[in-house]
Amino acid sequence: MSLSKNNLILYSGILIFGIAAPFLFPAFKVQLSILCVLIVLATTWNIQGGEMGYNSFGNILFYGLGMYLCASVQVGMFFPLAEWTESGGEKTFVHTPAQFFQGMAVGLIVAAVVPTIVAGLIGYSILGLRGHYFAICTLGLGVAAGEISGGIEIIGAGQGFTTPPFPDVGSLDSRGEFFYFLSFFVLVLTFIAVRGIYSTRFKLILNAIRDNEDKAEAMGIETMKYKIVGWMISAFFCGLAGGIMGGLVGYIDSTDVAFDGREMGVFMVLMAILGGKGTLWGPIIGATVFHIFKEGFWTFFLGWQYVALGVLIVVIVIYFPEGIMGWLREKYPERFGEVVDERDRKAQVELK
Amino acid sequence: MISVQACLDGILLGILFALIAYGMALQWGVMNIINIAQGDLVILGGYIAYFMYLYGIHPAWGVIVSPIIMFFVGIAIYKLVINKVVDRDLFISILATFGISILFMQLMNFAFGADVVLANSDYGTTMLFNSNVVLPNSKIFSAFISILFAICLVIYMKKSKLGRAIRATAQNARAAKILGVDTEKVYAATFGINAALCGVAGALISITFTIHPYMGLPYTIRSFMIVIVAGLGNLPGVAMSGMGLGVFEEFADYILGTEFRIGSVFLLLVLILVYRRFKLSRKREYLK
Repeated sequence: MSLSKNNLILYSGILIFGIAAPFLFPAFKVQLSILCVLIVLATTWNIQGGEMGYNSFGNILFYGLGMYLCASVQVGMFFPLAEWTESGGEKTFVHTPAQFFQGMAVGLIVAAVVPTIVAGLIGYSILGLRGHYFAICTLGLGVAAGEISGGIEIIGAGQGFTTPPFPDVGSLDSRGEFFYFLSFFVLVLTFIAVRGIYSTRFKLILNAIRDNEDKAEAMGIETMKYKIVGWMISAFFCGLAGGIMGGLVGYIDSTDVAFDGREMGVFMVLMAILGGKGTLWGPIIGATVFHIFKEGFWTFFLGWQYVALGVLIVVIVIYFPEGIMGWLREKYPERFGEVVDERDRKAQVELK
Repeated sequence: MISVQACLDGILLGILFALIAYGMALQWGVMNIINIAQGDLVILGGYIAYFMYLYGIHPAWGVIVSPIIMFFVGIAIYKLVINKVVDRDLFISILATFGISILFMQLMNFAFGADVVLANSDYGTTMLFNSNVVLPNSKIFSAFISILFAICLVIYMKKSKLGRAIRATAQNARAAKILGVDTEKVYAATFGINAALCGVAGALISITFTIHPYMGLPYTIRSFMIVIVAGLGNLPGVAMSGMGLGVFEEFADYILGTEFRIGSVFLLLVLILVYRRFKLSRKREYLK
């Protein structure tokens, strides 16, 4: 994982921009934090969807699990959880700042670790399915989790679960800044981890599984092991992202916020496809473009957002399945390190 | 007595599911497309019958009107979207139809409101076993109509020219094309027939149960589940597994409670897929 000079400038530029962003655009802090979470989700979806060829609709399971776990631990460490959810939004219990941050820290650890373990446990059964069976099975998992968590009393059932409000630490801006830097930190962590993974043999194995799983197995690769590890990495970061998002939104509902297959579950697939599956930068660009589009134009649709979303999915999937990175790659193959034979290209142009 | 009630309810419900699953199996077999919007087509068909009921026409007529309208809706969807994803990767078609599903859900939400509605048919009820088992006549009517439509369709597929063309395309699309079958037309007709079946099922559901704009996805999952249990092109299997699913659902509703009903359907799907995966992996195969 060596950094060239150009890359170093690029990364430090992005890092400086990331740190300065909440002070440059103070009004958009929440939006920027959501953007960070979206990038994390798209990038980790890309690990199996893009690199491994296992198109999952079920990563929302880990996201929602992380959200519920983080909030439950944060409350349960100091107060009885059942009474908290029963009292709903009314603030019978108040976290002191120290309690809030301790709870958040422990909660995020639990929110990252438990989904990873869950992914490891169910991975052996689920990842034996291939192609569209895997896609539909994971879709079923996500919806089932939403329906079941909507029936469990201790985490609020149908009426939802209010996460602990941010404590009063003096300044009004601190809530936005805290969540922004938390999500930005997770984003940087995800990026480093994913970039690290992509420069090892592990990525090549994932690509081999995508291209031809039977052949990969015949070459002596224990595909199941790598598939499970790939899914566990996704689950780890999805859980973290979910935990942060729970605190950011401040309210968890089983089917509308946590296990929101209709919104977040589709978004992460869409963002990765929009940017370009199977590339490092694709999901990041896709998530940024998607979020800017969504926040910029959503208000113009006035309640027609889901209609626009449906049309957007259909248009992207039909006319733009290679995504932005795929389009760039087609246009400037030299920049991607592909050697193009000049005669070959001419011949292709003539054929067209 | 409750178990008899649940069984009978489940079987009558399952026949309806089997009708939807038949459409799913048809398009899956012929076009190799998994249509996530299947359930939303069902709900749309239901709303057509509901609107007839609102304007004073008996909703049972919806069984005839709704498939005619839905046939053209299906053709329109095919022309706009599906014909561009037919010969592509299956995941592309899943995602594209997911987009259609979200679109329909929201359009129906705008057009018809987010209330749970039903079209009242005034068919009364039938009492069995000293009035211990209560069966609404509308359920019996809907099961009867579903069987009628299924039989008509099977005969149509066997005898008519279009039916032969559809079956030929399902066996080998390329060979059918070479032998002069207009596969584009066959695909459009298949999708239209599937939508029409959804229309019938939707009209029956609006009479017997309730409809709501967001209730589409469970119907898709149920029909997918029935098709994978029965296998493509196995009609008796589709009917049997449909009824089995119906009975399972009624018992899950009764034992676990209504709030876990949909959840148990989705969990059952996961369990069935995992079971088949382990069974096949002993032979070193996988679900194709």
